[in-house]
Amino acid sequence: MDKNSSTIELHLPSRLGYEKIAMNTAASAAKLMGFTEERIEDLKTAIAEACINAMEHGNKLDESLRVGVILCMNADSLEVKVLDTGSGPQHGTATPNIDRKMHEEEEARGMGMFLIQSLVDEAEWVSSPRTGSYARMVIHLHHTSD
Amino acid sequence: MQEKSTQVKQEEVQCASGAPITVLRFTGDITSASQDAVLGTYKGLPESTKRILLDFSKVEYLNSSGIALVIQMMIAAGKHGQIIKTFGLTPHFQKVFTMVGITKYTSLHPDEQTACAAFTC
Repeated sequence: MDKNSSTIELHLPSRLGYEKIAMNTAASAAKLMGFTEERIEDLKTAIAEACINAMEHGNKLDESLRVGVILCMNADSLEVKVLDTGSGPQHGTATPNIDRKMHEEEEARGMGMFLIQSLVDEAEWVSSPRTGSYARMVIHLHHTSD
Repeated sequence: MQEKSTQVKQEEVQCASGAPITVLRFTGDITSASQDAVLGTYKGLPESTKRILLDFSKVEYLNSSGIALVIQMMIAAGKHGQIIKTFGLTPHFQKVFTMVGITKYTSLHPDEQTACAAFTC
């Protein structure tokens, strides 16, 4: 870890709605670091989706199980890890197919990982069945749009 | 802490031709807990409804589960030959709706006036 970095840790119950605490904490950290409003909105959505996935799929909405959120503020990037007790996602980040959804050939839900991948600069899912799993997201201060 | 519930206010306005437009004005959060508010309200609309306008201008929080409910409403509307248009999404959620492809099946407008004018029949 960079000696100039700061770390913030949150432990949330697996209850839908609590993802907003992580979302708003990350937004405050990103604002302090000088990220633009657009990037902060991207980050808020990505973190909310990661927390919801951790609560629903990782911890099966068992409120006694915590979702960990670790924010690491570095000189030029903000890294966020969202941890749960599950074995990690079983599928990759498929791009939603709106035609298949509209024809009911694909579930209307299931867009969270795609949004995370699309909205941050780096995203990965690390599965550790014995110790739990995490989603890792990074946004860079000097982001260059495609 | 609870999720903020979704409130829906239903109004009827007219497009330039005088044809009725049903406006669903959402307030609060749109999440997985909003099924009754989103789909329940839609199911309660009269069968004669042809034009539906979704007002997101007072929505405070929207996530992918909420977006999925909007898609489910669009699926049902498509089966009934209804047209859905939307307005009031923040630039961020306009981007998100575009990313997931919803804009292929509905149009996003900056304000109510522009959205109403886009109903051509």
